Amino acid sequence: MAPKVLILGIGNVLWADEGFGVRCVERLAQTTAFGPNVTVMDGGTQGLYLLPFLEDADALVVFDAVDYGLEPGTLKIVEDDEVPAFMGAKKMSLHQTGFQDVIATAQLMGYCPERMVLIGCQPVELEDYGGGLRDAVAAQIDPALKIGLDKLAEMGVLPVDGDVDTSNLADPSIMRGAYEGGRPSEAEACRTGDDRFFPESV
Amino acid sequence: MVATPNGFDLDNTGRRIVVDPVTRIEGHMRCEVNVDENGVIRNAVSTGTMWRGLEVILKGRDPRDAWAFTERICGVCTGTHALTSVRAVEDALGITIPDNANSIRNIMQLNLEIHDHVVHFYHLHALDWVNPVNALRADPKATSELQQMVSPSHPLSSPGYFRDVQNRLKKFVESGQLGLFKNGYWDNPAYKLPPEADLMATTHYLEALDLQKEIVKVHTIFGGKNPHPNWLVGGVPCPINVHSTGAVGAINMERLNLVSSIIDKCIEFNKNVYLPDVVAIGGFYKSWLYGGGLSSKACLAYGDIPENPNDFSPEQLHLPRGAIINGNLNEVHDVDPRDPEQVQEFVDHSWYDYGEPGKGLHPWDGRTEPKFELGPNAKGTKTNIQELDEAGKYSWIKAPRWRGHAMEVGPLARYIVGYAKGHEDIKDQVDGLLRTMDLPVEALFSTLGRTAARALESEYCGRLQKHFFDKLVQNIKNGDENTANVEKWDPSTWPKEAKGVGMTEAPRGALGHWIKIKDGRIENYQCVVPTTWNGSPRDTAGNIGAFEASLMNTPMERPDEPVEILRTLHSFDPCLACSTHVMSPDGDELTTVKVR
Repeated sequence: MAPKVLILGIGNVLWADEGFGVRCVERLAQTTAFGPNVTVMDGGTQGLYLLPFLEDADALVVFDAVDYGLEPGTLKIVEDDEVPAFMGAKKMSLHQTGFQDVIATAQLMGYCPERMVLIGCQPVELEDYGGGLRDAVAAQIDPALKIGLDKLAEMGVLPVDGDVDTSNLADPSIMRGAYEGGRPSEAEACRTGDDRFFPESV
Repeated sequence: MVATPNGFDLDNTGRRIVVDPVTRIEGHMRCEVNVDENGVIRNAVSTGTMWRGLEVILKGRDPRDAWAFTERICGVCTGTHALTSVRAVEDALGITIPDNANSIRNIMQLNLEIHDHVVHFYHLHALDWVNPVNALRADPKATSELQQMVSPSHPLSSPGYFRDVQNRLKKFVESGQLGLFKNGYWDNPAYKLPPEADLMATTHYLEALDLQKEIVKVHTIFGGKNPHPNWLVGGVPCPINVHSTGAVGAINMERLNLVSSIIDKCIEFNKNVYLPDVVAIGGFYKSWLYGGGLSSKACLAYGDIPENPNDFSPEQLHLPRGAIINGNLNEVHDVDPRDPEQVQEFVDHSWYDYGEPGKGLHPWDGRTEPKFELGPNAKGTKTNIQELDEAGKYSWIKAPRWRGHAMEVGPLARYIVGYAKGHEDIKDQVDGLLRTMDLPVEALFSTLGRTAARALESEYCGRLQKHFFDKLVQNIKNGDENTANVEKWDPSTWPKEAKGVGMTEAPRGALGHWIKIKDGRIENYQCVVPTTWNGSPRDTAGNIGAFEASLMNTPMERPDEPVEILRTLHSFDPCLACSTHVMSPDGDELTTVKVR
């Protein structure tokens, strides 16, 4: 029987490159159809809300922005037992604390998926509230999806012909094109702030 | 020593303990306190260290889309922000919603209150009172007896059941994954429960996980999907069709039956597990009645859960509206969020500039002009602050005030306002709990009171959920399947300029969104969230905020292990995550814990 797979993008789209994971699954859902055993989900920053979806899955593929200390825009893949450790190694954001807790909780409850793949991208910029993906990170969406599809193929999970399902994605107003295209200009809405959290210039 | 206008004596000469952030979702929080030679907190400074202006992303967008953006502000309160946002737009444009939409929105909002309260108590707050490591020492048979005593009708109570859970816990701890439980101070004498109570409560931690998975299905059903359910200006986006062969995804009887069964599970859990646990755990902490802060002085609630659509008059709201000031519970003032004299934000101690000192702005006129500067007595640098100077600007959170008063918001504030107004359900619940626990009404004004109010509210919300479900089903039976009013969907029907306000009682407290619309686009959008009220810094007059007030005069067992600070800050369910760094007086980091 085909394994049940959860393909999850996590992160907060309002914080520039932190939206990488969500934008990956957005592209995937718009371009690729799967059988009923595969769920493609925009997990946002939902933490424990995601627990029931993990319970239902035999395998988990996660897209996320992860700080590996690498060159910005670099992809890195970790698998299975390494996933929780990597998510917690250098936390950039609450959603990772939250997601690490989700995995730990699923383990405590005895239903954590055995097979886990984390496809992470080193961000260029996070501290730009309201901003979109930087070019180097946006350019990694397609390569990241190719890696994800290869991993799925190893598990015997292949795309199918048919209509794509975008019903689990964000409202159209917050999809990448509308979100990034509709940003008010810097003159209209200030983008500076605390030295610790905001770039000198955007 | 400085006496604040709202009745606290501040002394910042003792040892300073610093609480500092790392995360980025809803705002960072940092907290600094001074303790005297006996380890008692004599000064408290609460600060939001992150700038977040929603107008930055909303200006110029379509008002009908604002909910989808505000849903992403926070990882927890998604639905509440969305509801507040559609209400603000409806208010601005004079859009009314149909009866079914009111019932469905109420069910979703009540469902979120229960979900949030249960998750908060068991997964974010219980470990401030409960010691899961101590649970490993419990006798399963004695735990079973304790369970049957505190909640005779709860079916999961056999010695074998508790033995199984204990073994599972042992295995988890022995595998070195302590994971979820790793940040505790498990040998701190501030923990008072016997091992059996610890095992019972830890077991319910697991039962609550099972329940919360079920609860959220209501949002999937009515919101079309979860996470991030859909919302709609003018109603709800889910069509109703109980005659089976309608549109795919429409609400039919099968879906409604599922909602009904989830509502029953919530009611059962509140009755058999949540409330008895609060009574049982609270019983061991009856002498720890610290943390009341502003709750006995100044409470604010906007009210929520209107019985009928489009009617927000106070007598029509199931969750009460009102303001209490100066500790006078005999007078509850009505609250009008449109009145420019009532809700105002001040920035004298916030990193913003309003051009002149002492100026307060109503949210419709709210401005976001950052001015980041440290007071002269701050230690460290702008990028690595070791100690703040609370005499100067020290927070990215503005200081909202109601008629100039610093206010507490949240479940305890709602319950004190309701109690003072003689709200029957609330009064019955509170009096019943105080009788059971043999405590005077003053005990409400405490950290434990905040925790208990949340449990009572969860129970009350369970009953209300059932009320609105029955109302929805009856209305559908009467032939009304309408869920949305789209008469004014087209921007060409809108006035050139409009302004509105949306209010809800989020799980954490009073939430307001103020919107100005011009030429069909958002001109200004301001959110004043519950944690802005509770986490606010000092204002021009020197009044301290609710977090700050709640920490005052609390004794710490071990100042290097801030169990008491966490316990009290957690009791507000702050919607910001932060890390606590406990600093020695020379600034060396001693230890780190997470505050959530």
